[in-house]
Amino acid sequence: MKKEFQIISELIKENTRVLDVGCGDGTLMKHLKDNKNIDTRGLEISKNNVQDCISKGLSIIEGNAEKDLHQFQNLSFDYVILSQTLQAFYNPEKVIEDLLRVANKAIVTIPNFGYWKVRIHLLFKGTMPVTENLPNEWYNTPNIHMCTIKDFFNFCSEKKIELYKSIALNGEKTSLINKNNINIKNLSSKLGIFVINK
Amino acid sequence: MNVKKNIKKIIVKKSLKLDCGETINDYPLAYETYGTLNEKKDNAILVFHALTGDQFVTNTNPITNKPGWWSHLVGTSKAIDTNKFFVICVNVIGGCMGSFGPSSIDPKTNKTYGTNFPVITINDMVNAQYNLLEFFEIDQLYSVLGGSMGGMQVLQFVANFPNKTKTAIPIACTASHSAQNIAFNELGRQSIMADVNWKEGNYSKLDLSPDKGLAVARMAAHITYLSKKGLQEKFGRKLQEKDNLNFSFDADFQIESYLRYQGSIFVDRFDANSYLYITRAMDYFDLVKEFEGNLSKAFEKTKTKFFIISFTSDWLYPTLENKEIVIALNSSGANVGFIEITSDKGHDSFLLNVPEFLKTVKNFLETNYKKI
Repeated sequence: MKKEFQIISELIKENTRVLDVGCGDGTLMKHLKDNKNIDTRGLEISKNNVQDCISKGLSIIEGNAEKDLHQFQNLSFDYVILSQTLQAFYNPEKVIEDLLRVANKAIVTIPNFGYWKVRIHLLFKGTMPVTENLPNEWYNTPNIHMCTIKDFFNFCSEKKIELYKSIALNGEKTSLINKNNINIKNLSSKLGIFVINK
Repeated sequence: MNVKKNIKKIIVKKSLKLDCGETINDYPLAYETYGTLNEKKDNAILVFHALTGDQFVTNTNPITNKPGWWSHLVGTSKAIDTNKFFVICVNVIGGCMGSFGPSSIDPKTNKTYGTNFPVITINDMVNAQYNLLEFFEIDQLYSVLGGSMGGMQVLQFVANFPNKTKTAIPIACTASHSAQNIAFNELGRQSIMADVNWKEGNYSKLDLSPDKGLAVARMAAHITYLSKKGLQEKFGRKLQEKDNLNFSFDADFQIESYLRYQGSIFVDRFDANSYLYITRAMDYFDLVKEFEGNLSKAFEKTKTKFFIISFTSDWLYPTLENKEIVIALNSSGANVGFIEITSDKGHDSFLLNVPEFLKTVKNFLETNYKKI
């Protein structure tokens, strides 16, 4: 399992209820269910991924976070996970609002557009960055609302969303993000993992 | 019709109070089974049939000599593998394949009930079928599943008996029959009643049969089971065994010929009064109202794991209505999954060879059987 999922898994307490939005093939949900006795639900847009989740015995609902989160009641989960998908929504602000409505805590991970390699790419090549975490070209990318770790950090403070925990991930290395190191973390991290609550 | 004598039946002694207020007892329930019930009795699946279905789910239907209505799904190594599972299907009450229905003989008059048969509901059908669990001494089913009216019975079954099945798969159905659904059913009923041979439902006593009315009802309904795209691709404006229009009211077009054929074979196997009663039961189905406008209350007490399936081109029981069930289940905190299968074959998709659908059912049933 990838490092990002290991970190998310460590952030979640045992015997809780978790909704994984955009759960992919269900790798993380299965891990949570098998190792932490977690009651999981998944929301996934790709039919192939839905089949993979069924094969894993997971409870999976085909759907899209922007259209289908409304079906979950207020605070019906302890945690909701949104892994590297926020940038693909038409209205990320509304999605974050909905995540914080259905669960006590939301774990949101963000591919960092402020990572130095991304900046170098744009600065020297002058074309839209294509990297390991952002493999698409500008004309076919699903990522329409790219942001940096710092953008998300600022967004939370503007919207009065509490940042319970902020973790920077660079390869296998993790570190905590805070007000004082945000500029350097925004340059050095490929991924940001945020635990937020209202 | 002697083959009908060989149909498996139980006579239910226990009385059943119907929603209409009448009480019935000592009534027959015709059923069929496939596969073997294991020693632990944990591999039983109750399949509910749709409006014009019957208990002959798979293999050759002994009455029609055609393949069972769910032959694509049920059988050796199929989506519901009869090597693993014990499949039970019961002809609904109101039906005409051996269970208590309007073509049954009324002991008081020694004639068929006809329209003296009580109006029955989906709830009544499900409560009657529950007796099969007692007959086979099955404490808990592994699954209940069905499409269309079969799906409605799945929902009603779990609402009535929240602990009696581990899993449930409602397919292409609704929790509350829509105005459009009722309208199409009414069209069918009026067509039967408009047939001069219907005789207020007393046709069998007079040795008549409202075949034309029933055939038209079937033709109209059949259109609702298909999609516009499916019809266009299969038939388009193709002519039936001719090169030019006939300038008459013969079946010039293939689609006309096809519908006429569907109507004509239907009347051989189905009773017109049963059609009236069963469509009525569907129209009366409103699980939302039964639970005071809150469908999630219907599933509050259940631990059953649900999986709901809809089809993209089904406009009779569209995805949106299926999703309302998903929402209600989520609201009650129930365990629920959902998928919309891509298919051009309309509502009928659940009866046809739609590989993604068959794969989903197999995948769900087999993965969960290992785990639960």
